Amino acid sequence: MSDPLSLRAGAETEAAAFPALLARAEHLAGAVLLGAHGRRRAGSGDDFWQYRPAQMGDSRRAIDYRRSARGDTEFVREREWQIAQSVMLWVDQGASMRFTSSDHFPQKIDRVRVLGLALAILLNRGGERVGLTGTELPPRAGRPQIMALAQLFCRDDMTDYAPPEHRGMIPHARAVFISDFMGDLEGVRTALTKAADRGVRGVLCHVLDPSEEAFPFTGRTIFQSMGGTLSHETLKANDLKERYLERLAQRKAELQSLCSLTGWRYGLHHTNNTAQAGLLWLYGALDAKAVAA
Amino acid sequence: MMVLGGIGFTAPWLLLALAALPILWLLLRAVPPAPVKKRFPGVALLLGLKDDETVSDRTPWWLLLLRMLAVAAIIIGLAGPVLNPEAEQAEGDGPLLFVLDGSWAGATRWPQQQEAIEAQLTRASRLGRTVGFLTLTRPEAPVFQSADVWRSRLAGLSPAPWQPNADMLEVARTVLAGAGEFDTLWFSDTLAYDGRDDLLEELRSHGAVEAYQTALNVLAILPATYEDGAIQLRVLRASAGEAREVTVQAQGRDPAGNGRILASATATFEAGETEAQTALALPSELRARITRFDIAGQRSAGASTLSDDGLRRREVALISARENREGLELLSPLHYIEQALAPTADLIDGGLSDVLPANPDVIVLADVATLSEAEAQPLTKWIEGGGMLVRFAGPRIAASDISRIDEDPLMPVRLRAGGRSVGGAMSWGEPKALSPFSNGSPFFGLSVPDDVTVSAQVVAQPDPTLAERVIASLSDGTPLVTRKVLGQGQIVLFHVTATAEWSTLPLSGLFVEMLERLAVSSSAASTTSAALEGTTWIPRRVLDGFGALSDAGTLPGVDGPALIEAPTGPMLPPGLYTSGDRTLARNVLTTDATISPATWPADVPVRGLSVAPEQPVAGWLLSLAILLLLADVVASLALSGRLLSRSNTSAAALMGALVLFAVPADAQTAKEDFALAATSELTLGHVITGDTQVDEIALAGLTGLSDTLFFRTSVEPSIPMGVNLETDELAFFPMLYWPITPQQPTPSAEAYAKLNDYLRSGGLILFDTRDADTASFGASSPNGRKLQELAASLDIPALEPVPADHVMTRTFYLLQDFPGRHNSRDVWVEASDPNIEQVDGMPFRDLNDGVTPVVIGGNDWAAAWAVTSGGAPLLPVGRGFSGERQREIAYRFGINLVMHVLTGNYKSDQVHVPALLDRLGQ
Repeated sequence: MSDPLSLRAGAETEAAAFPALLARAEHLAGAVLLGAHGRRRAGSGDDFWQYRPAQMGDSRRAIDYRRSARGDTEFVREREWQIAQSVMLWVDQGASMRFTSSDHFPQKIDRVRVLGLALAILLNRGGERVGLTGTELPPRAGRPQIMALAQLFCRDDMTDYAPPEHRGMIPHARAVFISDFMGDLEGVRTALTKAADRGVRGVLCHVLDPSEEAFPFTGRTIFQSMGGTLSHETLKANDLKERYLERLAQRKAELQSLCSLTGWRYGLHHTNNTAQAGLLWLYGALDAKAVAA
Repeated sequence: MMVLGGIGFTAPWLLLALAALPILWLLLRAVPPAPVKKRFPGVALLLGLKDDETVSDRTPWWLLLLRMLAVAAIIIGLAGPVLNPEAEQAEGDGPLLFVLDGSWAGATRWPQQQEAIEAQLTRASRLGRTVGFLTLTRPEAPVFQSADVWRSRLAGLSPAPWQPNADMLEVARTVLAGAGEFDTLWFSDTLAYDGRDDLLEELRSHGAVEAYQTALNVLAILPATYEDGAIQLRVLRASAGEAREVTVQAQGRDPAGNGRILASATATFEAGETEAQTALALPSELRARITRFDIAGQRSAGASTLSDDGLRRREVALISARENREGLELLSPLHYIEQALAPTADLIDGGLSDVLPANPDVIVLADVATLSEAEAQPLTKWIEGGGMLVRFAGPRIAASDISRIDEDPLMPVRLRAGGRSVGGAMSWGEPKALSPFSNGSPFFGLSVPDDVTVSAQVVAQPDPTLAERVIASLSDGTPLVTRKVLGQGQIVLFHVTATAEWSTLPLSGLFVEMLERLAVSSSAASTTSAALEGTTWIPRRVLDGFGALSDAGTLPGVDGPALIEAPTGPMLPPGLYTSGDRTLARNVLTTDATISPATWPADVPVRGLSVAPEQPVAGWLLSLAILLLLADVVASLALSGRLLSRSNTSAAALMGALVLFAVPADAQTAKEDFALAATSELTLGHVITGDTQVDEIALAGLTGLSDTLFFRTSVEPSIPMGVNLETDELAFFPMLYWPITPQQPTPSAEAYAKLNDYLRSGGLILFDTRDADTASFGASSPNGRKLQELAASLDIPALEPVPADHVMTRTFYLLQDFPGRHNSRDVWVEASDPNIEQVDGMPFRDLNDGVTPVVIGGNDWAAAWAVTSGGAPLLPVGRGFSGERQREIAYRFGINLVMHVLTGNYKSDQVHVPALLDRLGQ
């Protein structure tokens, strides 16, 4: 999954099962670009808006003969003026994501990359502009952007727990953060607060390996983080299980409350579930009216 | 070796290490099990969590116990424990006498005995004792010398093929009587014999006696006898024990003269029995070739028995001049001789010209006077080649002129006319008795009963040679039996009848004995000492103690009775003895011999025969230690949670399987795999040519054809296979596709045999020269030449181009062309019967014969059929639509061909004519 072509191919496969996503967007003056969001007025777009009588200057080609043939008047078919939305992604590339507890399901990083890129492809197909948070790849429309995204998704981050990138957020755009959120929550809090300040709303997708939920360890064990920076030794791993699960639940609750404060949406995805389920949820979350409020 | 509680230890000091076990216990208790390292992103959440229990996780006591046991087993195992340790041998000084039985019974274990002797010599040498040797089978006064001197002579000792007998033991006692004090080591051959106790007493009077005796159960075979139409073999063993099977091998010469095992039989000792019996039924020709019987796996003279005349039943042809008349059985000239010979010889009846080709040992002519030239000539030749002709006189000979003036070549003497009659009603004198047999006569030693009288006989004419030809005469000196040597054979004439008319000889036991002496018959009864009285037997080949036969050299002859009765010894070694034409085997064991194990008084220490031999148990203990350590591995893994973790489950299971069931994987041969693959479904095959590209295309082509068959017909072939003509079985394939390349190797003769079998048993080979048949089935293309070369050895019938009404044109599709990648019309099949005419109104001839074994063409069909793995055509055919049409026809040809192979001439059946006519539009 590490080379851009195969990552893109995988993402395309995931995205192929979906209809084009039309994320609901707010009308924002600063981000008016032609896209696929109806502006409730006639203009260039794909969706039907209204028939109006033909006027002088209308091209003959513009006349809708099917409608005109019902009467004597000639009608022109007008389409809705649609604009595009900007969506910024942050996909955790940290070392902690390169973990899987079984050969039967992928590493977390593979899963989040596919999810992120699939979402980008869906949005891109819907005419949205997709990019990354930060300054590296600002949102743009068009197929080349997908390739650029795939390229960037294939770079591994060496840090153990990467903090969310919150720079370069375009005001009133949408954002999607996908991570296991195992690192310091302060970074997430900063990012979300900053986003809320700029009117950016979005989705937190929490991706976890099943073993991180189950903690199936026993006996004398030395736990090490994926990068090797953190380690913890215990003599009876099974004794830690309850307290570990407690802390995990606490963390989830904290993320959830953070989201509700800032108007984001929080979702949990496990790598032993299909990527499709995760993408479906992301699709729904981005499309949700609650976010659009 | 130190003995502790009945268990000896070779390295007892190692046991001190057991004291270290408690320390090990404490050490193991103190060290917790090694931690598992796990990569886990969730560690961020674990930071700062403390274990509830501050004490370290200790190894559980039962695991510790397991490890302790393992270590203890290793220590004890390395200390070399031995069950039933042998007691230490007493030291001693002074001379040491080695007494050896030296009989055949020890031959099988001779090397072991030599090793034991050598070890004792080494020991004696170490102790500085002088050593003397006394071999009981060849007793000589012992000479006490240094052990090292004896060691160099040790290899010269060999077992004798006899047992020590009373004389030898007497000699031994005598030579020992004068010797001083000495200790004795008695190497016994495990068999008992008379006089051992006396010798033991003598030896014990000189010093301590110790015995060495192996645990071998001596096997011996008794002389073979012939009874009930089979060779009866009896095998003895010294001591009864568990049931046991022994194989007896009959050795002899094959027709080429090479020694080999002619037959073998298995004798089974029942539990508790010391004798086993088996029988070997062999044709007499094979039986005559047997020279000896051996017990397989035994190397001693007692395990061999030589065969002699006793096993050999001579073939005797009986011929008389008169046809038997009904009701006159007792008057038949052959009656008495039949009675005398029937128990011990195979009798042949028939005319002289009939029996001569059977090459009998003896021909008996009872009162046959004249023989035609056509009979006499082959008979003479047969006698000169070693046959024995026994003639009896009678009224006919007496009345004839045979051998009257000149000696008949087939008579030993000249005869006077008419013979004579004594003691009858019209003659003077008494019936004559026989005079005792003279020295030099084969009958010498036979006692003459008084009641044998002769009242009539033919009389020999006095000749210079008469005296030497007479072997039996009457009391008045008249010859009764005369004999003449002719070539390698001999002619014997009894001057009386074979019936009781002229004499009472045929009624007496002497008659039978005389026949036996003449080697006309042979039987077990003839080997009594009385029957051998007066004979001298010369040893030809003698046995040594190991049972090997060697030339007797200059050994003196043996008197007949002595040969039977005297014990074997240096003057009478077991072997083959001959006297005249007779051969007698003196075997190690006589028919009534028994063998029993030697027993020793309780106060004589016996080595090498302990009931429970030394048994080292170190191996068992070390194996136990390894098993315990393996269990420890499993238990440790289980404790640390690694045994059933995700990635280790399969590994652990695999290891367990390896440890517990370390059996070789099911060795199903490649041949079976091939057969299964080829026969589980119908499979098309192509011949592997060795040209990779051609083979690939052939396989792809057959794949395409198989797919097409699958889609369109009820023939559902599996994946086609390449067939190696040399190694693979062809019979599995209904059809073989054989692309011709100029480079392919010509099959071997065996492969051709297989191919011809295949063609004859209904297989079809599609030869494809792949050259568009540019040469029109000639030899001018390289492929065509190769095809001719390949097919030269094949059983291919006359061929013709496919006729328009060939059944192949309508087995599934109606076809007239058979294109492949090329579209040549020349496709050849087996020529149809030219006599079959087409019936009027019928669209085709009634060609109801078999499937053509070959189809030969050059259209490169496989290339047209070939598909890629995705199912798309592999190679282009023609251009555009017409090309695709050609490919389609090629597929149809393939389908028709396979249908033709599978259904034969079914579509030739006229039942289908109306439907076909309809479809043909006629």
